[in-house]
Amino acid sequence: MITLAHFLTLGAVLFCIAVAGIFINRKNVITLLMAIELMLLAVNTNFVAFSRFLGDPSGQVFVFFILTVAAAESAIGLAILVVLFRNRATINVTEIDSMKG
Amino acid sequence: MSFQLICFYAFAAITVGAALAVISVRSPVHAALCLVLTFFSTACTWLLADAEFLAIALVLVYVGAVMVLFLFVVMMLDLDLDPLREGFVRALPVGIVVAVVMLVEMLGLIGVRSMQLPAPPEPAAAAGMSNTSWLANALFSQFLLPFEVAALILTVAIVAAIPLTLRRRTGTRTQNPGRQVMVQARDRVRIVKMAAEKPAPAADKTGETTP
Repeated sequence: MITLAHFLTLGAVLFCIAVAGIFINRKNVITLLMAIELMLLAVNTNFVAFSRFLGDPSGQVFVFFILTVAAAESAIGLAILVVLFRNRATINVTEIDSMKG
Repeated sequence: MSFQLICFYAFAAITVGAALAVISVRSPVHAALCLVLTFFSTACTWLLADAEFLAIALVLVYVGAVMVLFLFVVMMLDLDLDPLREGFVRALPVGIVVAVVMLVEMLGLIGVRSMQLPAPPEPAAAAGMSNTSWLANALFSQFLLPFEVAALILTVAIVAAIPLTLRRRTGTRTQNPGRQVMVQARDRVRIVKMAAEKPAPAADKTGETTP
């Protein structure tokens, strides 16, 4: 039988993979955005599992809102990325330091 | 081990493997495709948790919209991958150590609570409705104002993303529909008053050159 611990473990593993992805892909903005999406997915998995095992619809409603905000975030983030690439011809994080004092 | 548990392990293994591929493959296009696989198999595990509506919404919104947006942007940018990959090997041990420590801590927390209690009956079915109606009952009564704020957030995101990427280039030939509609006949055609016949040339009147 699937228990709550199974889903929580899956969420924890996904979250840690995303954290490792942010550490090892520090230069590539696109991979950083994908790692953030993975983190949101891990959190959503926890919400769905708790909603199922506590019998409360609020958890699934929260997942709905997180999906909305994540879609808006990736749309704006990718738009900023396109503008950045158009102006600087790079998406390397270490080269985007024009605001450094 | 029940059939559901076997399915869960299979989907979870695919999810974790695809997530590892997302952060480790070289090409961003392959990473985006692996992320699609991650989302899809996660949607399958959500189906096992009786969250049918959200599983389908995840496939529609993420696989159908967000990841296609990612692929568009990745393929539109002409990326030089080598500078983006330098430092990958150097940061690898740090990333692995941090991730493993975090994972051990989280698993410790989950294990301490010892959640081996069996799953309660599915709440939506216990209430005598489908998962979608169960979710909609909460969404459109208790969470109506946040729902409308979410719609507002999406509108603001669209309105913000368009002017961010809009650019006006000088020297290109474009149409101006407003001016095209406003144009009058007198702007295009000039009517000139003139006689219908040419006056005869003056040389013919004298009649001197008839042989």
